[in-house]
Amino acid sequence: MNAETKLGKREFRSVGTRPVRPDGVDKVTGRARYGADFDMPGQLVARVLRSPHAHATIKKIDTSAAEKLPGVKAVITSKDLPDLTDGDEELGAILENCMARKKAYYDGHAVAAVAAVDAKTARAAIKLIKVDYTVHKHVTDVDRAADPKAPLVMKGCITQGIDPAPKKASNIAKQSEFGHGDVGKGFKKADHIVERNFRTEQTHQGYIEPHACVASISPDGTGEMWVCTQGHFVFRQQCAALLGLDMAKLRVTSSEIGGGFGGKTHLWLEPVAMALSRKANLPVKLVMTRDEVFRASGPTSATSIDIKIGITNDGTITAGEATLRYASGPWPGSWALLGAMTAFACYDLENVKTTGQEILVNRPKTTAYRAPSAPMAAFAVESVLDELAGKIDMDPVQLRIKNAASEGTRSSYGPVYGPIGIGPTLEAAASHPHMKAKLKKNQGRGMACGFWFNFGGQSCTNLNIDIDGSVTLTVGTIDVGGARASLSLVVAEELGIDYEQVKTIVGDTSTLGYNEMTDGSRGTFASSMSAIMSARQVIDIMRARAADMWGIPPEDVEWQDGHAHASGKSKKNLPPLSIADIASRAAKTGGPIAGHTELNADGAGVSFATHICDVEVDPETGLTRVIRYTVIQDAGKAVHPTYVEGQFQGGATQGIGWALNEEYIYGEDGRLQNPGFLDYRIPVCSDLPMIDTQILEIPNPNHPYGIRGVGETSIVPPLAAIGNAVSNAVGVRMTHIPMSPPRILDALENAEQEG
Amino acid sequence: MSVLVNSTINGDPIQFSCEADETLMDALRDRVGLKGVKEGCGTGDCGACSIRLDGALVCSCLVLGAEAQGRTVDTVEGMSDGAKLHVLQEKFLEHAALQCGICTPGFLVAAQALLEKNPTPTEEEIRYGLAGNLCRCTGYDKIVRAVQDAAKTMNRKAKKKVSKS
Repeated sequence: MNAETKLGKREFRSVGTRPVRPDGVDKVTGRARYGADFDMPGQLVARVLRSPHAHATIKKIDTSAAEKLPGVKAVITSKDLPDLTDGDEELGAILENCMARKKAYYDGHAVAAVAAVDAKTARAAIKLIKVDYTVHKHVTDVDRAADPKAPLVMKGCITQGIDPAPKKASNIAKQSEFGHGDVGKGFKKADHIVERNFRTEQTHQGYIEPHACVASISPDGTGEMWVCTQGHFVFRQQCAALLGLDMAKLRVTSSEIGGGFGGKTHLWLEPVAMALSRKANLPVKLVMTRDEVFRASGPTSATSIDIKIGITNDGTITAGEATLRYASGPWPGSWALLGAMTAFACYDLENVKTTGQEILVNRPKTTAYRAPSAPMAAFAVESVLDELAGKIDMDPVQLRIKNAASEGTRSSYGPVYGPIGIGPTLEAAASHPHMKAKLKKNQGRGMACGFWFNFGGQSCTNLNIDIDGSVTLTVGTIDVGGARASLSLVVAEELGIDYEQVKTIVGDTSTLGYNEMTDGSRGTFASSMSAIMSARQVIDIMRARAADMWGIPPEDVEWQDGHAHASGKSKKNLPPLSIADIASRAAKTGGPIAGHTELNADGAGVSFATHICDVEVDPETGLTRVIRYTVIQDAGKAVHPTYVEGQFQGGATQGIGWALNEEYIYGEDGRLQNPGFLDYRIPVCSDLPMIDTQILEIPNPNHPYGIRGVGETSIVPPLAAIGNAVSNAVGVRMTHIPMSPPRILDALENAEQEG
Repeated sequence: MSVLVNSTINGDPIQFSCEADETLMDALRDRVGLKGVKEGCGTGDCGACSIRLDGALVCSCLVLGAEAQGRTVDTVEGMSDGAKLHVLQEKFLEHAALQCGICTPGFLVAAQALLEKNPTPTEEEIRYGLAGNLCRCTGYDKIVRAVQDAAKTMNRKAKKKVSKS
């Protein structure tokens, strides 16, 4: 990053305040338009037929009866989505997942779709489609799938990343390794070693808004789409490629988004709606049911992790080693790779080795879920560290402080860290009053740390100065939780004006250059960097315009507190000019005033958190209640502290649900047994206490205001923090997430039998 | 089969037609145009479609459109008094009790029903009173605080009214 983005010491006047968000009133009055709230004139309604089998060859699909039903305008199968991916594995998997081709790979895999004049007709038509299947053996469990004798999910799958390549096909699609030093030597130096297997079950992001889109494709090769997404530019690129359209001719508008958490970074139904629209030559609306969201969008991986850590009697970690198996659905992703990278990232280790294995199973295609893959790896590492602390009778926080990474540490996944927050979050935890609060019978306390990389990437912004002096910032990153407020604050800060003078909007794909998605906690980090650069351009333009208005050299104009000030020799009795003063004369001083920036935001600052949690476990029922919870995280600079707290609280709560309740339950028949919010139970209001937060600000030196992403790290520690708390409450090491009542009772019973 | 329904929606007499097996949620969204009624599940588990039917808090996905005949329906669109937001709406904004906002209409309607029944709820009563509404973004912390603050403000206003009269 160039020098001008480097952080200087500055006093903030807007950044760090807590105004009401600009999209707020629309959202409390029901006026905000989400994915399913938009209609196009003459639109059809679509429904999708899905496989009831976990693994089956599609022998024949007979759509004739459905096509004849009055009101049906188009029926499609994979034949209507020809493969244009030219060997691109990622796009090929997206295409095959959107509509099964020769085989259905999981319960819920789309096999055909209908567009009709109304939902009732579409539903009736779906029932008239006849599919002949040959059912095959399936495998849904991660460890069973990794067994060499397991049914093959993908024929001929040879593990990538092993040299020489294995000759025999398996469900292990990819292997990746990270680390440094010599773990064998490290373990020899250890006084204590703990080696265990940990398992976590598959969970869903659980956004309340189901996937929805309205697509309109014309015979002239142009198209429009309205869609709830975390990245409309990415959706446009992929949809255009899959449908054979020119990107420039497809305009994608993002709706308000009703939660994403990674799940709306991926195409599930959009190409289907587009293919139906193309065939019917009418707009098509396609909205998933909740059942479809669970069965056929992208939950996170189930995992099985073997881990071994050694320490000396003084608490120094001598070696850490892990093999991490992540289930990825029928197609490989990079989920195990991310687990292998993040597992030991909090610590300064001489000897560390991690191996990630991507395991194919007959379950839906895994996609990102908030700091994807990191929570499960942290669960294994942080649980074993607690156990080791117990062995040497050391406080678990002090053990972590002793081994924490710091500036200059070579991370377990390769890069050397700059200034980071793991040490400070641990110190803050050690001195937090929560740590000293008394516990009652059946209660336990746990703590754990977490890491996430944070992303940067491609971002564009336009900043328009309107003739009345108000300011419009157009960004290309979706606002998932208050980013428009934060970005308005940043522009107000840079221009030296009031927050209310700035309006931030999310532009459609025809208004800006390519923007990456709102993922990897990059939205506010990357778009604010771009917005600051655009604001600086605008200031330079306005200084020149003021100089022109005054008839003085531009270098004699300074920008301060939202005004142009004459300075130096020209400083006569010229009153300062406001943005409105300058903008109102723009037509006569050179035309509209605007700045725009296209950049690749490098230097996203890594993020660390420490969580503390108290639980109470009912030994009769195994039911666990979280009774106190504290999140401590480094935000770099909290632009809108209330929304930063909100990210901390929301991530922690998703982690609590994951740790205690949530899991995909598959029957022996390979079908998902709990595809609804009744049986897949996310935390409700009465399950929880207040979630306390403490924001630390260790500036990211690569951002002009020191900002780091804040959205994801908060989901990393909870599995382990709660695991440690429950283990301390019941006196048995918990190794299987979620720690639902039956699992806790089983653990207690097993311990009694062994003891 | 289509049925014609007359009801009072957000204070106004409204006539709409819907299929006999159509839910009130679909009728309100697609026939009346009240898109503030959100569908999160369609099975009564998430509370995003919460409305008041003759004052009672219901999931509109579990009620038929035809059942609204001759009854009053209140949705989030009817909460504010013209341009003046309801105290709950104001407090949700002030406390940042929403992130994505999809669950917000349902929470506001449910919170209004709760405070009418119990104007001085404890934190626990608020948590159980709102347990039928799912939020995946906030962890509920700021929602509970917004409702606590709204209750306080509404009670203060009510007291002022009483002392004035």
